[in-house]
Amino acid sequence: MSVTYIDAIHQAMAELLAEDEKVFLYGEDIAGKFGGAFKATKGLAEQFPGRVLNAPIAEDAIMGVAIGAALAGMKPIVEMQFADFGTLAQNQLGNNAAAHYYRTGIPVNVTLRMPCGGTPGGGPYHSQSVEALFAHYPGAHVLCPATVADAYYMLKQAVQIPDPVVFMEHKFLYRWLKADTWLEKDPLPIGRARIARPGRHATVVAYSAMVPETLKAADELAATSGYSLEVVDLRSVKPLDTDTILASVARTGRLLVVSEDFPWGGVAAEVIARVTGQGYHLLDAPPLRVTSKDTPIPYHPDLWKAHRPHSGHIVEAARYLMSL
Amino acid sequence: MEMARAFDTKLSALYKAGKIYGGVFTGRGHEAIAACEGVYLRKGHDVYTPFIREQAGRCAWGDSVLESARSYFGSALGLMRGREGNVHWGNPREGTLAPISHLGAMIPVVAGMLMAKRMQGEKDFVGVVCIGDGTTSVGATHEGCNLIAVEKLPAVIVVTNNQYAYSTPNHQEFACKSLCDRGVGYGMTTHECDGTDFLQTLEVMGRAIAAARAGEGPQWVVAKTLRMCGHGEHDDASYIPQELKDRFADRDPLAVARRQVQEQGWLTADEIAAIQAECADEVQRAVAQAQKEPTPNPATEDWSATSWKPTRY
Ligand SMILES: Cc1ncc(C[n+]2csc(CCOP(=O)(O)OP(=O)(O)O)c2C)c(N)n1
Ligand SMILES: [Mg+2]
Repeated sequence: MSVTYIDAIHQAMAELLAEDEKVFLYGEDIAGKFGGAFKATKGLAEQFPGRVLNAPIAEDAIMGVAIGAALAGMKPIVEMQFADFGTLAQNQLGNNAAAHYYRTGIPVNVTLRMPCGGTPGGGPYHSQSVEALFAHYPGAHVLCPATVADAYYMLKQAVQIPDPVVFMEHKFLYRWLKADTWLEKDPLPIGRARIARPGRHATVVAYSAMVPETLKAADELAATSGYSLEVVDLRSVKPLDTDTILASVARTGRLLVVSEDFPWGGVAAEVIARVTGQGYHLLDAPPLRVTSKDTPIPYHPDLWKAHRPHSGHIVEAARYLMSL
Repeated sequence: MEMARAFDTKLSALYKAGKIYGGVFTGRGHEAIAACEGVYLRKGHDVYTPFIREQAGRCAWGDSVLESARSYFGSALGLMRGREGNVHWGNPREGTLAPISHLGAMIPVVAGMLMAKRMQGEKDFVGVVCIGDGTTSVGATHEGCNLIAVEKLPAVIVVTNNQYAYSTPNHQEFACKSLCDRGVGYGMTTHECDGTDFLQTLEVMGRAIAAARAGEGPQWVVAKTLRMCGHGEHDDASYIPQELKDRFADRDPLAVARRQVQEQGWLTADEIAAIQAECADEVQRAVAQAQKEPTPNPATEDWSATSWKPTRY
């Protein structure tokens, strides 16, 4: 039997609710038999009466409620229906929750789950990756799990962290990504990147749904050229594990960063800025990035596939990188 | 009220002498409203979210002017340790939230605290959120108030209509006849009072807070006054017509309250004078202390914005 990425998220929430009476879930359409737009909370309202609460369509207020509840000692887990609407909660998350520890000395233990990333037909407002917007503000941690086990363990760890944590769950991975189990012998702590595939000729840093895409690209490149890519799965974009990236670049001498987000001021730019700043001498070629295009995300699947990075783009960029 | 007025007067002088970093925001004209909120609340049990002009409410709630002075001077010994200043201070562990600047943003935070208290089985608590006429136009205000009503929380929204939002008069802020209509729209019980009339405000606020505490659902109080100062001390409020200022000249809430408490036989003129002297002394002491306390040190400052940090290997 196999389990999916969304099963892992569901399981993590069920366990969190069972283990800690301070945990409650709050969001739009998550309660009752309905269980959320993506069914991540299905059955939990019945299993944990009074602890899975429906909210009005008011993203700013939902996040505000979570902050207040956390200040009163609870550990709310908020679901945004789509990460795209998270922009409306951004003021509360960035200016209120994330700023609170520095301003007052009291951290705000909220977890903000956001279904992000593109799926065919999603269009401009049901496809975005907003991790860079949320990582921009000081005071929050931003997680982007790319495996079934990480979806499970990182959500559980997120709630143990007393600060605001933004948990970016990729919608495409929800039911596409499968594994035998979410359990792992030695789960990594948050803040550590993972070498998803060892390689010798170039380091490719990716996160979220770009990890499986990059692994596919690495297989293709190995099969057709003999180049082997080392794939680093960031796991969390903030904290950013610069050490693991630099160690990999020290081995390969080349860096490609892959992100599904728009190019401007994104995670890819941040990774490249850090590697060039701290490891310029390790690089044998200019660092490159593959991101989505600098336009809104198009609706038609043919346009969307060209807009969003996929394994073909990554192979092409890696070949170019090897030629430099 | 006397303490707040004494403090504001002192702050204004300090501002003009160039002794304060950034702006100074006073509550002249708001004292009766603020005091009548705070006086009905229990520190450590209720939730209170003061707004810009709530010094009298903070005093009535039980916070000393020393903390307010520390906030303005950025004292390292203050609750905000120089990281936050002026009116943006609070003590969430005791029930006052440290407001962020974004107007309306604290409304849902109070809702969250009240929801948590309900989940934790607490009883008889109430939350007071203070907003201004201008803040009723902000999207966050609508989201927060609607949510409070949907959740039937024991909250009192105090809307102080001081007729201006910075330089903007009421008719450029909203088009409904009365701000009470907003409360009706949310499904809240509404109340209205003349916020310059201390006794009336005391009575209305008492009724609203008692109703919320008794489980009668959220209450919406519109209290009218005039902002009898600039938006901040940098602002001469020359945009407020002189005839409006004149109309409120004999309605200074402090003067009205002094007269009313004597008429009620609660205090004599001598007792009021003694309170004023006491307040002036306490303000003087608080400001002197805050001014001589250590300031934050950038070299030893903990420049981390999170309490949790990843383990490095
Ligand atoms: C969202 C937001 N927009 C603008 C401001 C700048 N600002 C601070 S106070 C203020 C006026 C507020 O008016 P009102 O709510 O009537 O309160 P009052 O100052 O009259 O007490 C403005 C525009 C802000 N702090 N937040
Ligand atoms: Mg106003």
